[in-house]
Amino acid sequence: MSSTQRSLRRTAHIAGAYEHPLREIPDQTVPQIHAQVAAGALADAGLTMADVDAYYAAGDAPGFGALSMADYLGLDCHHLNDTETGGSSYLLHVQQAAQAIAAGDIDVALITLAGKPRTGGAGPGGSARFSSAPEAAFESQFGLGVISGYAMAATRHMHEFGTTSAQLAEIKVAASMHAQHNPNAFLQDVVTVEQVLESRMISDPLHLLDACVVTDGGGALVVVSDAVAKTLDRHTLPVLGTGFGFKGTNSGRVDLTYTGARKSGAAAFVEAGVSPSDINYASIYDSFTITVLVTLEDLGFCEKGQGGEFVLDGALHAPFGKLPFNTDGGGLCNNHPANRGGMTKVIEAVRQLRGEAHAAVQVPDCEIALAHGTGGSMATRMGSATLILGRD
Amino acid sequence: MSTLPAKPPHPNLETQRFWDGTAEGRIDLARCDDCGFIPWYPRLMCPDCQSTNMTWETMAGTGTVYTFSITRAGVSRSWKEELPFVVAYVQLTEGPIMMTNVVNCDPDTVFIGMAVQAVFDDTGEGTAIIRFAPASSEG
Repeated sequence: MSSTQRSLRRTAHIAGAYEHPLREIPDQTVPQIHAQVAAGALADAGLTMADVDAYYAAGDAPGFGALSMADYLGLDCHHLNDTETGGSSYLLHVQQAAQAIAAGDIDVALITLAGKPRTGGAGPGGSARFSSAPEAAFESQFGLGVISGYAMAATRHMHEFGTTSAQLAEIKVAASMHAQHNPNAFLQDVVTVEQVLESRMISDPLHLLDACVVTDGGGALVVVSDAVAKTLDRHTLPVLGTGFGFKGTNSGRVDLTYTGARKSGAAAFVEAGVSPSDINYASIYDSFTITVLVTLEDLGFCEKGQGGEFVLDGALHAPFGKLPFNTDGGGLCNNHPANRGGMTKVIEAVRQLRGEAHAAVQVPDCEIALAHGTGGSMATRMGSATLILGRD
Repeated sequence: MSTLPAKPPHPNLETQRFWDGTAEGRIDLARCDDCGFIPWYPRLMCPDCQSTNMTWETMAGTGTVYTFSITRAGVSRSWKEELPFVVAYVQLTEGPIMMTNVVNCDPDTVFIGMAVQAVFDDTGEGTAIIRFAPASSEG
């Protein structure tokens, strides 16, 4: 690695991770869920709220975001960050925490996510801002839903590369194979390619079973400096590489066949000094099956246009597929709390590296894992974030 | 015209000129005098070269389907009666790709590359929503 190349390698470590066990939480507020997952992740790390000197939250944090929630949590920190890139926010927060740690600003960063789209309560914060977005008048008139946006990306991918609905279905099948071992998963039944293809068409070519679940819940992470990591009994995991990529509509030169993962993945691999073939386990953002397929291409696990071939023959199945993915069942089956799947992507990667995934899906000798988040929409503007984590 | 909902947009200082054009059945977009680029959605500083020398120009109103999806379920109440309907990106003959609906045809007949022409759905408030119908149709 050249001396001019930025590197956060091994200066930051994930010390705590916690996923809320419930998928329906009708009797608690969103701030309560934030507090529960914060306490869970800190307990996992062997730390307390008093140790936290940096707090990160995204658009799901109610009110004034990190400012409101830091106060609610009773934190006494000197670093707050509210960066909002939708479902990828929490992976970007890990990158930003790692940068702040490398700069010597902080030692213990807490990142939280919580929401309850399933049983009601407030939607993600920040949504009130959408009506004043410069693009709003040009995209809100056409009955576009989240799924129809991704469906348009799938239609174009099929047109250019011959990708099929059966190939997309393989991704859901793999997720469901894993979810059967997760007692907290929202959907625990194994499904077949035929069942995916026969499920109700929502927005051609995406079926009901091509889409992620809608769940209440949340999760939290604790990222610490090298100095703090050395004091902890818990198995901490070095952050080897991080990357972020923005991709928009390019001022009307729309190309829906790729994502910001092109940038975020390339940066993370360079920083980590590893290549896709070194990855033992991958958490890939799975709002829809097409999200996974295109992201696998953009991260370099296969050539552009070859995602449909790549996912065949059990490639994504744990523990012995060529790239075991989303062993918690992912957003497709397990959990997509607050309509934001980035947090749970990191959490399952942490479980795999610690050897704490379910025995049936634990990847043997898992030493290097990748977690990837996608926020916004593949159909318009998105923030992609990639983390590569190691094991000491 | 189509039968889809035509909710009035909120024109602002930057987009009023565009919306005025739609009311008269035109797609008027701002082209950069310096580099020639026509950004979509319309804006008054060129995102390519940062020039503020932008001149409004009337597009031909023709284009082709870049991609689309037939939405069959999972929409808000105001769109439920319209199911199934087609959400699409259409590339104008002049280059910009814009989000829209393909209307006035059987959704199952829409395809990538299909030639389309603009139709204008009056919002009743001095603006119109731009949608596209098969080029052969009378709109």
